Amino acid sequence: MSVNYLNEKKGLTSWLFTLDHKRIGILYMITVFTFFLVGGVFALLMRLELFGAGETFIPASVYNQFMTFHGAIMVFMVIIPGIPAFLGNFFLPLQIGAKDVAFPRVNLLSWYCLIVGSIVALCSLFFNGVDTGWTFYTPYSIRTDNGTLWVVLGAFIMGFSSILTGLNFIVTVHTLRAKGMGFFQLPLFVWSLYSTAIIQVLATPVLAITLLLLSAERIMGIGIFDPKLGGDPVLFQHFFWFYSHPAVYIMILPAMGVISELITTFSRKTIFGYKAIAFSSVGIAAVSFFVWGHHMFVSGQSEWVGVLFSFLTMLVGVPTAIKVFNWVATMYQGSIKFDTPMLYANGFLFLFVIGGVTGIMLATLAFDVHVHDTYFVVAHFHYVMVGGTLMAITGGLYYWLPKMFGRMYNEFWGRISFFLIFVGFNVTFFPQFILGFMGMPRRYHDYVPAYEPLNQLSTFGSWMIGLGFVVVFFVVLQALFKGEKASSNPWGAVTLEWQTDSPPPHENFHKTPVVGKNPYEYS
Amino acid sequence: MSTVEAKPHKVAHHFDSAEQEVAASKLGIWLFLCTEILMFGGLFVGYAIYKRMYPEIFLQGSTFLDWKLGALNTVVLLVSSLTMALSIYYAQKGQSSKSTSCLWLTLLCGFIFMGVKYIEYSHKLHLGLAPGAFFSYTETATLQGLPLYFSFYYCMTGLHGSHVLAGMVLIFWLIIRSHKKHFGPSYYTPLECVGLFWHLVDLIWIYLFPLLYLVE
Repeated sequence: MSVNYLNEKKGLTSWLFTLDHKRIGILYMITVFTFFLVGGVFALLMRLELFGAGETFIPASVYNQFMTFHGAIMVFMVIIPGIPAFLGNFFLPLQIGAKDVAFPRVNLLSWYCLIVGSIVALCSLFFNGVDTGWTFYTPYSIRTDNGTLWVVLGAFIMGFSSILTGLNFIVTVHTLRAKGMGFFQLPLFVWSLYSTAIIQVLATPVLAITLLLLSAERIMGIGIFDPKLGGDPVLFQHFFWFYSHPAVYIMILPAMGVISELITTFSRKTIFGYKAIAFSSVGIAAVSFFVWGHHMFVSGQSEWVGVLFSFLTMLVGVPTAIKVFNWVATMYQGSIKFDTPMLYANGFLFLFVIGGVTGIMLATLAFDVHVHDTYFVVAHFHYVMVGGTLMAITGGLYYWLPKMFGRMYNEFWGRISFFLIFVGFNVTFFPQFILGFMGMPRRYHDYVPAYEPLNQLSTFGSWMIGLGFVVVFFVVLQALFKGEKASSNPWGAVTLEWQTDSPPPHENFHKTPVVGKNPYEYS
Repeated sequence: MSTVEAKPHKVAHHFDSAEQEVAASKLGIWLFLCTEILMFGGLFVGYAIYKRMYPEIFLQGSTFLDWKLGALNTVVLLVSSLTMALSIYYAQKGQSSKSTSCLWLTLLCGFIFMGVKYIEYSHKLHLGLAPGAFFSYTETATLQGLPLYFSFYYCMTGLHGSHVLAGMVLIFWLIIRSHKKHFGPSYYTPLECVGLFWHLVDLIWIYLFPLLYLVE
């Protein structure tokens, strides 16, 4: 094998101190999938407890901690860094024909922020754990056990990781594009990462100050969020969701970027509505800052504010639907090939539309009051976050695996993994829509016996998803060690990353590419 | 007059030219400053909300602060911003020893600022004017919500103070590099970037001073 970024230097330190964006991407991949395993195990344990009514094998207090860990790990350590920091780090410079990101050392620092933040968060395990949920609502988070402080500080440190990655991407896109590549020659994955980066840079600092104030609240009793001292706990919710709602677009926008790449490649057709998709990414990023109040319809904000947020939230549906229609139009009359990545892309379309449409339902003020804090909401955001983001990240992993490691995966088992995850996902979460509609509240370790059959179905589904990801794991391992050698462009894709070797050399391209045409010109 | 840098700056491997590298650094630092503004923005929004909810405690709270010390610190930071800017100016002109002296002056101003803050903090904590739950001042009758004012006082000035400290560390790093003659007319990007950060920290204080000390 020729010299590439994987075999150019050897030894653990060459990885831990690497400044190569591709190696940092791989570090993120390992980190994110490790945490995904941990968060996933907590999810399976929760579903197991919910298999039967009543307390089956873990008490309520432990269940609350599992729920908190599942939420916090999946949000802060898996989905937020997932696509941008792993796939984005690896492919953003490649797709724009650059040798690296603008600030390689900052890039490495951001990975260390994630690691240090997670270690700090794990320290909470020495202090009775955390049981606040990932949202840390005050005043409960001020009074509950000591572990909360560690998770809050951990999330604060991980925030820097997200900010630094976003900052790096914006500067990279502005300054390091190959000659001849204007903004409208950028691949759509880059557009989506750029929009994500704007949110990361502008919203995360607000979370930082919120979590700092919450820490100060616990250490010094400052009272800003504590009603006992004259503070306002609802202000915490405003601050928290001012970050955390845009944060869900940090999770989904890059996923949409991956889907744009997959759909056009496997339809062998120029993407339909390039500019519409590009601008809708920026549009979603812009609107995302003005919808946070829909998490607080029943928290005591004024009715008029509720109506306004309801309207603004529905607005998100417009750019999102534009994307979906354009993807479907791209597939229309294309030469579609259902390789594993394309299966995942179609799975994304199916699940994401359900997640999106139920999102519009929840944005409706009156309907939300009815199902607020029920399993309907749980099902909705899992359809978006898991059905959307995880489908995209897994599809993207299969799609770019040949480029990253120079090996092909086993197509048959790849497809099996898709069917297990796709069917398992629906079996797990569709019943939760019905449960929520029947009134089952979220976050409890117990329920009335009437909800039992659907809960059992849901738990069966969770095992299927688990099995599906075990298959993914083995498919990747098999590819890494025994996979067939991949050519530089096994899919016949046209974006720049496929014009270099698989795996790429240290400086990405042997000869810096010059771009003269649009990114998706299939002839 | 102009001196050449002892060790000419080498453009990092992934940039095509020095101009591209400077453009990237500039954009990067401005984006970073945006994040700082949003972070402090949270505190300013909190201040605005509580000021409207409990205007009387902000009036009473500010009477416990010494506006003369606040004004002194404002002048100190303004002077430090001038010396910081002069340091870049001299580096551009190639007068590196003057540039280094200006950095030392900036660092000195940082120390004066933190010294004054220390005097203010220790005096208040001595009186029991601590934030929130630790408030124990009893010498004169105070409003019930007054501890909340001091929560804002300590959080806002504390976060600002930590930024002054961070700025001082960065300026010290610049001094070391400046002594080694790393900067000159053709390369002074770190000076400019840290300078921008230092000016922002200064600017935030310009807002904190009237909001906390001069509120009426």
